[in-house]
Amino acid sequence: MPAAIAEAGPVPAVTPPATPPSFGTLALRWYRLNQDRLRATAIGIISLLAFLLVWHLLTTYRVVFFVRFTNVPSPLAVYASFTKAIHDPKFLLHIVLSCRRIFIGFSLAAIVGVPLGLIMGRFKLVHEIIFPVAEVLRPIPAIAWVPMAIMLWPTNEQSIVFITFLGSFFPILVNTLHGMSLVDPVLVRAAQCLGARERSIFREVYFPASLPHIFTGLTVGMGVAWVSLIAAEMISGQYGIGYFTWEAYSLVQYPDIALGMIAIGVLGLGSSVLIRGAGHLVMPWRPT
Amino acid sequence: MSERLASPSKGHIEVRNFSLSYDSIEGPVQAVTDTQIHVKPGEFVSIVGPSGCGKSTLLNAVAGFLKPTTGIVTVDGDRVGGPSAERGMVFQQYSLFPWKTVRENVEFGLKMRGMPRSQRERAARTLLGLAGLEAFEKHYPEKLSGGMKQRVGIVRALATGPKVLLLDEPFGALDAQTRVIMQQILTNMWQRLKISVLFVTHDIDEAIFLSDRVYCMTARPGSIKAEIPIPLERPRQQSMMMSSEFLALRRGLMSLIREESLKAMGGEISDMGMQGLNIELQGHSLADVI
Ligand SMILES: Nc1ncnc2c1ncn2[C@@H]1O[C@H](COP(=O)(O)OP(=O)(O)OP(=O)(O)O)[C@@H](O)[C@H]1O
Ligand SMILES: [Mg+2]
Repeated sequence: MPAAIAEAGPVPAVTPPATPPSFGTLALRWYRLNQDRLRATAIGIISLLAFLLVWHLLTTYRVVFFVRFTNVPSPLAVYASFTKAIHDPKFLLHIVLSCRRIFIGFSLAAIVGVPLGLIMGRFKLVHEIIFPVAEVLRPIPAIAWVPMAIMLWPTNEQSIVFITFLGSFFPILVNTLHGMSLVDPVLVRAAQCLGARERSIFREVYFPASLPHIFTGLTVGMGVAWVSLIAAEMISGQYGIGYFTWEAYSLVQYPDIALGMIAIGVLGLGSSVLIRGAGHLVMPWRPT
Repeated sequence: MSERLASPSKGHIEVRNFSLSYDSIEGPVQAVTDTQIHVKPGEFVSIVGPSGCGKSTLLNAVAGFLKPTTGIVTVDGDRVGGPSAERGMVFQQYSLFPWKTVRENVEFGLKMRGMPRSQRERAARTLLGLAGLEAFEKHYPEKLSGGMKQRVGIVRALATGPKVLLLDEPFGALDAQTRVIMQQILTNMWQRLKISVLFVTHDIDEAIFLSDRVYCMTARPGSIKAEIPIPLERPRQQSMMMSSEFLALRRGLMSLIREESLKAMGGEISDMGMQGLNIELQGHSLADVI
């Protein structure tokens, strides 16, 4: 029986030596186990460097070939403005404010969207009431909400958070609902004949069974939250990294445009890494 | 569990005048009709029958997942109104909770009953020990082999000390060797716990080897075609399956089932023939075809 466990592991057939393995063997084994990941990392670094090189060449030689690189800042110029910006409290404030808006908007979306999806998935009537409204509002891009949001909320800050909320809310809701619809009815039955009542079934079966889809929703929702936030900041903000990027264009600070874009990319990446990490913590049974 | 040993008088299943039909677009589908079965306290009873004859339907009604269209299901005189921890169930698809470790799966029923954590941990460990699974208590089900999963499934169903254990083709997905081991384990547990068992299978050898009594069902709509007592001595050994007594029982059951399977298949085959003809004739008059 234990053979099945041994088979499941990815360990190559190295017979364990009787003496404690030397550092050399350990290192070799570690290398063998992580070969694929190391390879992916190495290729990833090379491809990023290649990207930078192409960017550098295109901008230093001011290539014009359908698209015009005449005014596009070079990587070095962007790096120079980056070293300046990190000592500039105003730039840091832009970043902090954007992160705060994401945090509030996204958290609200998760706090409302996940329970609502769970309840809609469980109680038909709630689903029948809310689903049509959600389906009508869902296709409206968050950016189309900007004028309405400005009318609805007393401050700019609130309307931007509201737009961020809307952007992430629907992916979270829809994925939670999807997860609920896929819960294996046999597991529900298994819980029932072990004495579980409605509440326990909800907590012990429906919720954990939907978690993988909930996290898909959170990941997608986080992406859309950034898209919506940047759009809202460009249109109606006074602060935030989206506003910073737009302002750089108005002020002809070309390197800052690229800096703003890269900052947005890094922040977006960082937040999705956080969500993925939370997913692994919350769902230890899922293979990584 | 020692209390169970002292009271083998519980777990009397009684199914009377039972019929069940499913609703479908083409009207009601009669799955089981006019069925009486019973399981005495501590008895091991199997149900065999051709595919689609309503074995699962009958078992699910005893579990309380389905309401009989007519008739009544009782356990120890109480009418079955819904699923309950009194009737443990083991499913063919294992149906372990993937998000719980082996031990947490086994603990589930005790947790639902409100048993404090430390106590139920101890209980689960003991049970897992009996099933030879103590080394895997912290594993998630996904990593286990099929046989181990189903052992966990059985232990989980037994953990709350149910009066009866219902199993729906629990070993259907296992290879032959694992099956034999699982049958032995199930027999051991059943004898230890003195629990009533209702076991659905399509494996005749399995039914004879395990049971005190076997019900053979007719093709759909299912009803009881025959009730065969299995007077083989216990404890039973694998070698018994070669004995003339066993083989005679096997031959008898085999021919009963073959009859019904042919009936079921015969229906299907003629159905298919009719459909084929309809498709060919669609949009053509008979004269066109000729
Ligand atoms: N929900 C349903 N709606 C309509 N018909 C159903 C439904 N469930 C089962 N049936 C039909 O009822 C009959 C009995 O089904 P059941 O699953 O009880 O058979 P079974 O004996 O367990 O078959 P198997 O050996 O394949 O497990 C089958 O012919 C099946 O097609
Ligand atoms: Mg079945």
